[in-house]
Amino acid sequence: MSFLELTGIQKSFGPVQVVKDFNMAIEKGEFVSFLGPSGCGKTTILRMVAGFETPSAGTVVINGRNQNELKPNQRNIGMVFQAYALFPNMTVHDNVAFGLKIAGMEKSAIDARVKEMLGLIHLGHLADRFPYQMSGGQQQRVALARALAPKPQVLLLDEPLSALDAKIRVSLREEIRMIQQQLGITTVFVTHDQEEALSISDRIVVMNAGRADQIGSPFDIYNKPATRFVASFVGTLNLIEGTVVDPAANRISIGDQGITLREPLGSVKAGDKVSLALRPEAGSIAEGAKGDTALTGEVVSSNFLGSVIRTRMKVGTAVISFDMFNAPGLNPPAVGDVATLRFTASDLLIIRE
Amino acid sequence: MKTQKIGAWIAVLFGASYFIIPLIATFEFSLRMRRGEYSFDAYRSVFSDIQFRESFSYSIVMAVLTIIFGVLLVVPTAYWVRLRLPSMRPVVEFITLMPLVIPAIVIVFGYLRLYNSSSFIPFTGSARGTDLLLMFSFMTLSLPYMYRSVDTAMRTIDVGTLTEAAQSLGATWPTIMFKCIFPNVMSGVLSGAFITFAIVIGEFTMPSLLNRPAFGPYLQLIGANRAYEPPALAIIAFAITWGCMALLQLVSRFSKSAPSKP
Repeated sequence: MSFLELTGIQKSFGPVQVVKDFNMAIEKGEFVSFLGPSGCGKTTILRMVAGFETPSAGTVVINGRNQNELKPNQRNIGMVFQAYALFPNMTVHDNVAFGLKIAGMEKSAIDARVKEMLGLIHLGHLADRFPYQMSGGQQQRVALARALAPKPQVLLLDEPLSALDAKIRVSLREEIRMIQQQLGITTVFVTHDQEEALSISDRIVVMNAGRADQIGSPFDIYNKPATRFVASFVGTLNLIEGTVVDPAANRISIGDQGITLREPLGSVKAGDKVSLALRPEAGSIAEGAKGDTALTGEVVSSNFLGSVIRTRMKVGTAVISFDMFNAPGLNPPAVGDVATLRFTASDLLIIRE
Repeated sequence: MKTQKIGAWIAVLFGASYFIIPLIATFEFSLRMRRGEYSFDAYRSVFSDIQFRESFSYSIVMAVLTIIFGVLLVVPTAYWVRLRLPSMRPVVEFITLMPLVIPAIVIVFGYLRLYNSSSFIPFTGSARGTDLLLMFSFMTLSLPYMYRSVDTAMRTIDVGTLTEAAQSLGATWPTIMFKCIFPNVMSGVLSGAFITFAIVIGEFTMPSLLNRPAFGPYLQLIGANRAYEPPALAIIAFAITWGCMALLQLVSRFSKSAPSKP
């Protein structure tokens, strides 16, 4: 039995069903990210785990105990909010001590635990400050310490980095991951930022319209997207439409160029359309580039993005983007040039709806 | 530009004089009790009057009770409306505005009809019962100001998220209310409390028709029977109101220096 189990979870607000039959099992100490666009139901699931929303159907089980009948203050779940939610009338020390006082701990034990938690987030020297005297990043670290102080069985993070600037976001997400691994706490992280989810998660749940489109490791989610939505939502992706030429031989055509796929086409017939996906970093037009498959087309744009140069090439009716790492002496193609993009056939994924 | 500025100053001085000159005249008249010289005899007379002390003490006690019960009614109501019944906010606001549009005399006659000594809830059957009824009537009169002050203070904090944060840390509703919400709306509570205080001290209709020995009816009684004490009392009443306003300013300044939003 897994540590956190969500079984048949559904949630409706009036006539609108925002979560549709969601099932997931999370192991103890695992870091799972819920990734998806606004309104996909990821925060609603998190709030049902916290007890702030009641599932219309299904059960939330933590450590073998059904949580459905428990109130939020009986669940022993730590939660960090996007808006920090520190108590403005309390100092950092008092904020972190809040849950411990409610748990009825002795003052000396509270002080020791607060010191330990503030040490963990490297803010021991700011114990007497009020929230309004701190930066957003510092406030969110205090919120994390406050959530962890009562030793919750699960830590829930509801877009905790969204209100922070880019640099702080990167450093804080690494800090969150480090603390989570150090404490071995089961964590559910909600975000709409794919880079955040890919960089710190053990597993990612890609949510779409109230359902989990795919659950898998960051590597699988990125490299083997299960649906068109996952493919388009996670990372930049070329979605190319091909026409089946010979299903038995896995032959398709893109424009007037034929290629052979590595992945079996399945039950299709000649003339059927198939959706294919190719990551921009999978191909190269450099001389001597490796790859068993090639597509030739006319360059329609070439954009310098710093570390990479993104070039767009027209093949038949499809426009394919590909990235080249910037290097001294690199001669990027000019608009109007005819170039040949080489890639491995196994990088070309068939997108099934 | 300079002409515009002078014009503005003239307008301000004219407006201020409309208010200040009668006040100076009142103050000057209150000092004339002793013939041929200025003195504070009228004030001495007022302060030495046992009725003044009794009625003023009575009104202060009523004001404090009104504030306590008013806060206990308004803060949880405003909190609950913001947290769970946001769609009911216009309705609650409308209800809290009623005392501004219904004259106090109508309200008090309603009370007398409903809570007289032969009714099911005979508040007016005893002095304490009438005091209680008077306190409720003061709460009603101060409701528009108290509710708005508290609601405005509540708008500056994220009530929903703070509540959820406290709940996830194991807090019960009383803990959330008294440790997380009350301290963060204290500026609003104090603003409402000072306005309530000023209303209770000066209110005439309610205590007069309920026949209670409050400061308002005493002011009216003195005004009808004495010459120099009424202006002295008017100045005292103004001083109390200004004191309340000064405290209100101090509180709002204090709250500005401690923003509560992230």
